[in-house]
Amino acid sequence: MAKEPFTKPTSRAPVSQRSQTVGKINKKALGGKVTAVIDGIEIKVPMGTTILEAAKKIGIKIPTLCHHEDLCLAGVCRVCLVEVEGQKTLQASCSYPIIHNVVVKTYSSRVRRARKNIIHLLLRNHYGECYSCEKNNNCELQDLAEEYGVTEYKFGHIQERRFQPDLSSSAITKDNDKCINCKRCIRTCIDLQEVGVYESVNRGPETKVSTYLNKPYSDVICINCGQCVNRCPTGALKEKNDVAGVWKAIDNPNKHVVIQTAPAPRAAIGEEFGLAPGTSVTKQLNTAIKRVGFDKVFDTNSSADLTIMEEGTELLLRLKKYLKEQDKSVKLPQFTSCSPGWIKYLEDFYPDKVDYLSTCKSPQQMFGALIKTYYAKKAKIDPKNIVSVSLMPCVAKKYEAKRPEMNDSGYQDVDYVLTTRELASMVKECGLDLPRLPESDFDKPLAIGSGAGLIFGATGGVMEAALRTAYELVTGDEAPFKKLRVTPVRGMEGIRDAQIPIKKAKKEWKFLEGASLKVMVAHGTANAKKVMEMLELGKLDDYHFVEIMACPGGCLGGGGQPIPTTDAIRKQRAKAIYAEDEQLTIRKSHQNPVVETLYKEFLTDGPCGHKSHKFLHTHYSPGSSWIGKKPRVKVRKK
Amino acid sequence: MTKTRKGPIIFSKSKPFSGLKNAIDIGRSEVLDYVRKSNIKGRGGAGFPTGVKWNLTATASDKKKYVICNADEGEPGTFKDRVLLDEYAKLVFEGMVICAFAVGADEGILYLRGEYISFLPELEKTLNQMRKNNLLGKNILGKKGFNFDIKIRLGVGAYVCGEETSLIESLEGYRGEPRNKPPFPTNTGFAGHPTVINNVETFAAIAHIILKGPDWFRSIGTEKSSGSKLISVSGDCKKPGVYEIPFGTTIKKILKLTEAKDTKAVEVGGASGVCVAKSEFGRKIAYEDLSTGGSIIIFSKKRDLLEVAKNFLDFFAEESCGQCTPCREGIPVLQEKLDKLQQKKATKGDLEDIFSLAETMYLASKCGLGQTAASAFVSILSNFKKDYVLVKS
Repeated sequence: MAKEPFTKPTSRAPVSQRSQTVGKINKKALGGKVTAVIDGIEIKVPMGTTILEAAKKIGIKIPTLCHHEDLCLAGVCRVCLVEVEGQKTLQASCSYPIIHNVVVKTYSSRVRRARKNIIHLLLRNHYGECYSCEKNNNCELQDLAEEYGVTEYKFGHIQERRFQPDLSSSAITKDNDKCINCKRCIRTCIDLQEVGVYESVNRGPETKVSTYLNKPYSDVICINCGQCVNRCPTGALKEKNDVAGVWKAIDNPNKHVVIQTAPAPRAAIGEEFGLAPGTSVTKQLNTAIKRVGFDKVFDTNSSADLTIMEEGTELLLRLKKYLKEQDKSVKLPQFTSCSPGWIKYLEDFYPDKVDYLSTCKSPQQMFGALIKTYYAKKAKIDPKNIVSVSLMPCVAKKYEAKRPEMNDSGYQDVDYVLTTRELASMVKECGLDLPRLPESDFDKPLAIGSGAGLIFGATGGVMEAALRTAYELVTGDEAPFKKLRVTPVRGMEGIRDAQIPIKKAKKEWKFLEGASLKVMVAHGTANAKKVMEMLELGKLDDYHFVEIMACPGGCLGGGGQPIPTTDAIRKQRAKAIYAEDEQLTIRKSHQNPVVETLYKEFLTDGPCGHKSHKFLHTHYSPGSSWIGKKPRVKVRKK
Repeated sequence: MTKTRKGPIIFSKSKPFSGLKNAIDIGRSEVLDYVRKSNIKGRGGAGFPTGVKWNLTATASDKKKYVICNADEGEPGTFKDRVLLDEYAKLVFEGMVICAFAVGADEGILYLRGEYISFLPELEKTLNQMRKNNLLGKNILGKKGFNFDIKIRLGVGAYVCGEETSLIESLEGYRGEPRNKPPFPTNTGFAGHPTVINNVETFAAIAHIILKGPDWFRSIGTEKSSGSKLISVSGDCKKPGVYEIPFGTTIKKILKLTEAKDTKAVEVGGASGVCVAKSEFGRKIAYEDLSTGGSIIIFSKKRDLLEVAKNFLDFFAEESCGQCTPCREGIPVLQEKLDKLQQKKATKGDLEDIFSLAETMYLASKCGLGQTAASAFVSILSNFKKDYVLVKS
C-alpha cells in the first residue's frame, strides 16, 4: 500500500520568499510583451519580467545584494532600488515585475542618495575591518561600498562583538557579526536544499539569522553541504578552515604529507586566480601543490574508478539477488553514496531508507583507507607518520572525514580536507601564480584516473561512469552512445531519468537480457526530497540505480568551490570536465591500470570481496546527527 | 448597556442586515457599482479606493476567493475598531458578507488582534446566530449558490501584521513579514487566491452604503473624501473617546468637541502619522489633507515632544519586522540621534543626517511601517523647532 509521504510535497519556503510572484503573472500574460524605458533606453520584455532582468538585458547594471540567481526573490536589502514613474516611493528592481509599460530611472539623485544611505546602514553593524576578513576582495558588501565611494562610516561602525561565532560544526562556521540579513542562506537552505537550518528570529534591530532555538550547528540537523557558504555575500558564513593544520603538517619534517585532488576543484580553482570559469588547470595545480610542500599528489579519480567497480558490482549483485534469486528483501533502487551531504540528508530525514544506499564509501574515503594501508606499505612509510590531505570541492567532506566509521586503516583515514578556496589561499600565500606554472603529472602509484572517474565532478557523472562500466560488464560491448557520451544523464535539469535496454547479456548475466536498466539522477537535496517522495509512493519500484548529489550541479557546484556560483558558472565547469574526459584515452573505470593493480596486489578477492568490504565499504546510521548523543528523534520503523 | 452613539453614517440607525438583503436584491454588479460610486476609501489609513479593490478581486480568475477583515487594530492611539467589534459586530460581518457576495468569495476570515481575545466569545455567538438565520452558510438568504462563512483567527500582537500582506503571512502560519508587491492580495492573497482585505470600519460603512445608496454617502464629507471617519481621541482633553466625524472636520473642531485646552500639538495618525502644530489646527481630517487611520492624540503645553518622538521610535524599534535594511538599521540610528538631541549634544550635521535618513526610510522601505517610521519624529523636528537646541560644531 502506498503511504502518504513523510513530509508533504510542498516547499517549506515561506510564501514571501518564493518566486511565485513573477511566475504567476507570467503564466497569465500568455506571452504578452510590455515596454520598459530604462534610463532612456527602450526594451520590450515579456510581461512579468523584473526590472532588474530587463535592465540586465540592455546592459544596465543595477547593484544587488540579497538577490541571487539561484534563489527566489527576497527584496529585503533594498540596494537595487530604482525610480519607477508614477510610484511615490522607490521600488526594489529585483522583485518588481513589469506588468504594464514602465519608465524607470536607475541612478537618479534620489536613488543614489537612498542607496548610499542603505550601504552606510549595512556597514554600521558589520563588525570588523576588511583586511582582517577571509572574504577580503571577494565580498559583495565591500564591492558595493567601493562602488559608492564610501570612505567613512556615516552612521557609525560597531566596535564590539554582539555575537559569539558558531564554531561547533566540523564543516561550517557562522559569524552573525558580519551578517547583513540578506537571507540568502535561509533561502538556500529552505528552497534549494530543503533542509531548513536557518530562519530569521527576533524583530526590528535585533533580527538575526539563527538556527533552531539558536543551537550550535552541532546540535541541529545540518547536512554540511555548504551551499549557504557559497552564497553568503559577506564573511558571515565560511568553511571550517583547516589551512593551519595542513601547514603545521607540511612544516613538520617527520610527517609525510600526501594530497589527493578531486576533479571538481581542478576545473574551478583557476577562478580564484582570475581565469574564466571552466578553465581546467589540473597539471599546473600538481606543480603548485608540490611547490607548496606536499610530498605526493595523487588523483582521486583513481579511487573514483574503484568506487565504480565496487558500486557497479554491488548493483549487479543486488539485481542478481532480486531478479534471479527472487530475494525480495534486497533494496532497489540502489542509491549512490559519494556525496556526504546527501548521505547525511538521507540518514536524518529518511532514516528508514538507509538500506537503499550503496555501502560504498565515497572516493575520498576509499582513497584515505588505501593511503594509510596500501600506499604506506608500498612506500615503506609508517602510516602514523602519514598526513593524508584531500582537496575537495566540498565542505561536507570535512565532516565525512571525521565520521567515526572512517578509520578502517587503523587511523583517521583522511586527516584534513581542504576546499578549493583553502588550497587557493595556500598557493597564493606562497606567491605562486597558478595559471603560469609548468605542468606536471600525478605521483605513482595512484596517478591514473579514467575519464569516468573525472566526470564524477558533474551531476550525472557517477551514473554515466557506472553505465559505461556496468553495460560493458554485462554485455561485453561498449555502452551504446556516440563517443561514450551518455547524454540522457547529463545536463542541469533537477531530476533526469534514463533507460538503457540490454539487448544481449553475457552468460553470467543472462537474467538481465531483454531488460532495461532504469536509472535516475538528481542534484540538490530539494530534488533529492522529491525522489525520496517518489520512492515512498512506490514510483521508483522499477528503477535500479539512482544517483544523488547534495549540491546543485554536483560536486562542481560544491560548497567548497570558488565564490560566486551561478547556473552559468556551473555549466562552464561541467563543460571543462566533460571536455577533459574526451581527451583521455582511458575513459572507463574498469580499464584503469591502477584499479587493475589494486585488485591484483591489495584487494585480492575482487570487487565487493572481503578485503574491499573492510576498506572500501561502510555502514550508514539512521539519524546520524545524534550519534554519541542522547537520541532526540525516534527512528520511524517500517 | 452600551451608550447610544451618534454619527452620520456608521453610528446612524439601521436595521441589521437590511443592507445585505438589499445587496442580494440589486445583484452583484450593482453592489460593485455602489461601492465604486460611493468613492469610499480604505479606513485603515492607507486610503486605497475600496471599489477598485473589490473590482480587481471580482474580476480575478480564480474559483476560490477570500474576504479578510483586518481587525488587527494596533496603531498607537487607535481604539475605534474595538468599539465596532464590541457594539457593531453585526454591521461588520454584514459588510463582509456583502463583499463576499460582490466579489464571489466563499470564505471569510476575521483577523482579530490578539489583545482583543475578550471579544471572541461574543463574536462567535454573533456568527452562530447569523448561521442560524441563514445569513451565513449555504444559499444565504435563499440566494442560490451564494455560500459563505466566516471564521475568526487571532493575531499574537505584532503591529506589522496589520499590514495586509504580513497579515496574510501570519494567517498562513509564517513569520509576519510584508511581501513584495506586486502582486497585490487582490490577485495573489491568502493561500495564493484573490483576497479582499478591508478594515473593520470599511466593512461597517459598506452595509450603510448598500442600503442608502452611494449618493447619500457622497453627500457627507469632502469632495475627495466621502463619508465619515471614526476617530479615537486620546491625550490631554476632557472627553477622550471614539467619535464619528464627517471628513473635512478641522482639528480645531475636534479639540472643541473633546474639550481640550492649552493644546500644543496634535498627533494625527498615531505613531506613523504627523504631529501638527497650533498654527495648523485649521487643517482638515481628510485623505487629501491629514490622513488618519483613526488615531488622534492631543498634547498640551506641558508635554515634551522629544519624549513623544522617543516613545514612537521605541515602539517602531520593537515592531519593525527586521526584514529590510532601511527600517531595521535606520530606526536605531534615529534613536541614537534623538538621544543626542535630548542630551542637547546634537549638531546641525546630526539634524541633516536625520532628515536624509528619514527620506531614505520613506523611499526605500518595503512596507508602510518603515516608510512612516520616521514621519512623526521628522514632523516634530520641523514643526516644533523651539523644543530642541543644537550645539554649534
